[in-house]
Formats: sequence, C-alpha cells, structure tokens
Amino acid sequence: MSELSKQSPDGDELKKEPGILYRWLGDKIFSVVVISLGISIILLALGMAWVLYDEGSLALHKFGFFEFLTNTTWDPAVQLVFGAWPFLFGTIITSSVALLISFFPALAVAIFSAEYAPKWLSSIIDNLVQLIAAIPSVVIGIWGIFILAPWLRDAVYVPIYEWAEASYPALLPILGNPIGYGMATATIVLALMIVPYTTSLAKDAIQAVPKDQREAMWALGSTRWEVIRMAVLPYARGGIVAGAILSLGRAIGETMAVAMLIGNKNTLPFSVFGAAATMPSVIVNEFREAVESLHLSSLMAIGFLLFIISLIVNLTAAYINRKISVGGSNAV
Amino acid sequence: MKSLKRRRIHEKIMEGLLIVATIVVLAPLVIIFAHVIIEGVSALNYDFFTEELGSPSRAMLGEPTGLVHTILGTVVVDLLALAIAVPIGIGAGIMLSEYPEHALNPTLRIMNDTLNGMPAILKGLFAFVLIVKPMGTFSGISGSVALCFVMLPIIARTTESALQGISWTIREAGLALGIPRWRVVLSTVVPAAKTGLVTGVLLAFARAAGEAAPLLFTSFGNNYLPNSWLGFFFEPVDTLPQRLYSLAISPYEEWHGMGWAAAIVLFSFVILTFVTARYLTRHKMQQS
Repeated sequence: MSELSKQSPDGDELKKEPGILYRWLGDKIFSVVVISLGISIILLALGMAWVLYDEGSLALHKFGFFEFLTNTTWDPAVQLVFGAWPFLFGTIITSSVALLISFFPALAVAIFSAEYAPKWLSSIIDNLVQLIAAIPSVVIGIWGIFILAPWLRDAVYVPIYEWAEASYPALLPILGNPIGYGMATATIVLALMIVPYTTSLAKDAIQAVPKDQREAMWALGSTRWEVIRMAVLPYARGGIVAGAILSLGRAIGETMAVAMLIGNKNTLPFSVFGAAATMPSVIVNEFREAVESLHLSSLMAIGFLLFIISLIVNLTAAYINRKISVGGSNAV
Repeated sequence: MKSLKRRRIHEKIMEGLLIVATIVVLAPLVIIFAHVIIEGVSALNYDFFTEELGSPSRAMLGEPTGLVHTILGTVVVDLLALAIAVPIGIGAGIMLSEYPEHALNPTLRIMNDTLNGMPAILKGLFAFVLIVKPMGTFSGISGSVALCFVMLPIIARTTESALQGISWTIREAGLALGIPRWRVVLSTVVPAAKTGLVTGVLLAFARAAGEAAPLLFTSFGNNYLPNSWLGFFFEPVDTLPQRLYSLAISPYEEWHGMGWAAAIVLFSFVILTFVTARYLTRHKMQQS
C-alpha cells in the first residue's frame, strides 16, 4: 500500500497513507503515554502509604509502634503523650456495631428488590438506595446535629436513662450522659450511611445465583421464601459477606458525619451515649490546630494506621469475592 | 414437612417483613431531604448568591451575607480537580482495558482498588504533604489535587469497564484494515464507550464534590473572595462541603440557617449529577 502511495503523483495521497514509521511511532507514543498514566496511579497509592508512614515516623519512633497503638493517653496540651488506642477502639466499636445494625435491613432490601419487587419498583428502590450513598457526608452531619441528635436525646436516650435510673442504677455508668451527641448517635448515622453498599453488593450476589438453582427448588413445590432461604442465600453467601466487609471498610473511613456527631472526647469511651472519637474524627478535629511537630506526626501516624486497617479490610473483601466468583463460575 | 397453610402464612410474613425493612431503610432519605429543604429554603435568597460571608458579626447585625465566594471557589476547585483527574484516570483505564498483556496491569488494578477503598481524609493528608507543605500555604490548587485523588480511581475503574463493554471484534476489524492500534482505540473504541466514560466521570465528580474531609487541610476555607482570580488557586479558598461543616459547628444561630442553605445547594448539585449519570446509563442500556 505504502509503495503504491509513494508512486502516486498526488501529494494528498501521501498524507492519507501514513508510513510504517508514523504508525510505529504513533503506537509507541500512545502506549508510553497510557502506561505512564497507569503507573502514576500505582505511584500515587505507594506514595500515599510512604508519605503517611514517613510523616508519622517521628511519633512511631518516639513511642514505639506497639506502645503508640496501645497507649490510652492522648494529651496534646500538657504531657505531649500520644496513644492511638482510644481512637482505634472508638473506630472498631462504632463501625462494627453500625454493620451489625444495618446488615439485616440492608440484606432484606436486597432480597426484596431482587426477588419480590416487580421490575419497575426494583429499579426505583435501587436508585433510591444509591441516592442514599450519594448524599454528602456533611449534609448527613448537619441533619444529625440539628434534627436527629436532639430527637434521639428526647425521644429515646432520656427515657432509657430515666428507666435505668429508676430500675437499674448500676447501668448508669455504662449508659453515660444522654446529651444526644456521642457514640450511639454516631453509630446509628454510620449504619444508615453504609446500608447502600451492603444492599447493592448483596443484590449483585443474589442476582448472580444461577437459575437452575431456583428452578430445582420451585420444582419441589417450595414457596418463594423457601427458595430464597434454601437455594439463593446459601449460594450468594460469599458475595454477601464480601459486601458486608466492604461496608465495614466504608464505616471505618467515614469521617465528617462521625466527627460532627460523636462528641469528640480523647479518652477511652466507656459509655454508650457518651462522647468518643474515631481515627478519622480526631484527624479532622485536631489537624488544623496542631502546632507541635510531635502532635502533627501522631495524627499522621493515626492516618497511617487507618491506611493499614483499610488496606486489610479491602484486601480481605477482594479475596473473599474472588474466591466466590471462582466458585460461582465453576458451578454454572 | 409443615402443612401447606403454615408455609403460606410464613411466606406472607417474610414478604411483609422485607417490605417493612425496605421502607425503614428508604425513609431516612425522604426525611433528610425534607428537613434540608424546610430548614434551608428561607436562607436561600438573593444575598446568598451575591454576598461574601465575612465575619460572624455581619450576620448577627443583620447585614447581607452570603456564600458567593464559596460557590465560585467550589466551581474552580472542583473543575480543576476534574481537569487533572480525567486525562490520568481515562489513560489508566485505557491501559487496564487495552493493554491486558502488560506486566504492570494486575498491579495497577490492585493499586487502583486500594486507592479507591482508602478513606478520603487520607487523600487530604497526602495532598497536604505534597502541596501545602512545600508551598507553605493552604491553597485552591492543593484542594483540587486532594479531590483529584478521590476521582482518579473511580474514573479509571469505570473507564476500564466501559471499554471492556465494547466488543473485541470492533478492534480486530480496525486492526485488520491496517489502522494503527492507537487510532483504533482513540477513534473507534473510546467513542463507542463514550456514554460509559461520561457516566463514570460524572459519578466521580459527584462523589468528590461532596467530600469535605480532604479539603479541610488543603483548600482550608476563607470568609472572603480573593482579590484576583489567581487567588482561587494560590490562596485558601472556600468550598461548599467544608463551609457547610464550619457553619454547622459554629456557635452562631444565623450561620446555621446558611449551613442548611448550603446543604440544599450541595445536595441538589449531587442529585442532579447523579440523576444525569443514571439517565445516561439507562439510555445506553435501552440502546444496546
């Protein structure tokens, strides 16, 4: 082709038929550009890990990794001693309880949407669930501060507190002061915020269950619920669990709404209604005001811990998911 | 086996419970939406879009205050973030989809997913070290870089799946005609996946536009408009999510109303972007 075009007297023809060099160069440049852009994302992820470690290393070296992790004192004002345990503990409790509260309702929505609802209703439900995930965290935060927390205090916490005061005074220290802003409120809001992740991943897993699986149960004369309970849910189990773990990851990293509602107290939380703090919330609250380099470094070290925990959670979910999808394809 | 009647009753009970759970889960969306509108609509007046916030005394003395600097700042910071994230994210997505044989591809996929799963606040800390520390000041640019870290993995992932949705026969046909690989990708595959790409970019944009945490230590916030347009890039800049947070936790009653109004603006923007993305996806599905 290129030989022909070279012989052509028409100059335009030459332009239309690019030579081998042009094609080779074009492909080379394109692949180099695209691959460099891809590599930049790899460097970004590695850079983030390195920077968080490097910036936190002052604190990690001064206190020692284990000591930093387990120390319960966080005192940026007087002693300049920093331990991450109150925040680690606060994060673990709030996010795991949020998952416990939200898991079954979220799964129920997934089952209803996938198995019971007609197509039009199912699509409306899916869109609304996704819309919950799209609400900015600060918007949920402002709603929590001015509407939810006062309502929970008056309608739920105070009655429980008064009941405990009258009947079981021993419970009072565990309950803490029902001021409305604290662990319980933050956990409830977190539960609401992670529902969409559990629901959509669970629905994907349920929809991936092969038809034969259900038809076999139908043929045995089962009711719809029996089909779901005995044929669908056991099969989709892995995907549902992976979804729950990913939701846990979301809850661990959730920042603004928690920082606005948890009450922010730097000591180990002992009470249900009382103020506490999580790893993201302490970073939000103190980073802008931190002047001491050790304080800044300790906050960065908390960021590094958060990185590691998120990494473990994400890799676990990905591992379970991969194992399941392999199992799924074998079964089909 | 239990009697048929009992099994049918059981079936009905379970269906009822599922419906109740669905209503319980979806109700907060309606409640939050209603509260945001009711509480914020009164503060959403002309001044809101034309005046600066200024000091708290301004609101307390009843002088006109607004968030014009916040809205402009949000537009500048978000668009700059998008401008950085789109070429890199789409490029990485093309690498994932079009160069599956490349040795770094599995690593890129893992790293991209890792980045996607990381809390946004960590991306803010990273941008702080990368931009704010060397520059010595909080700035709009650092906010854009932080938001770009939020958008990147989403764009890369959605680009990859949009491109993979295009049949390999199209690529093979192009290559068989002697068209170089880069032209096949850029003029055949990418245009065919256009809707999917736009949807991914919109979803990434909506997600990043609602983030406050990474902006608190990067663009930081400012109660006034900068003196020149350059100020939006090199000085501390206000953005809606971060301003909403500051207004909500402030002790001034007058500012709380403005916080709700900011929530309306932010919420509407996110919903609009989200609905557009959903519409595009559905449109595409109907076409195919």
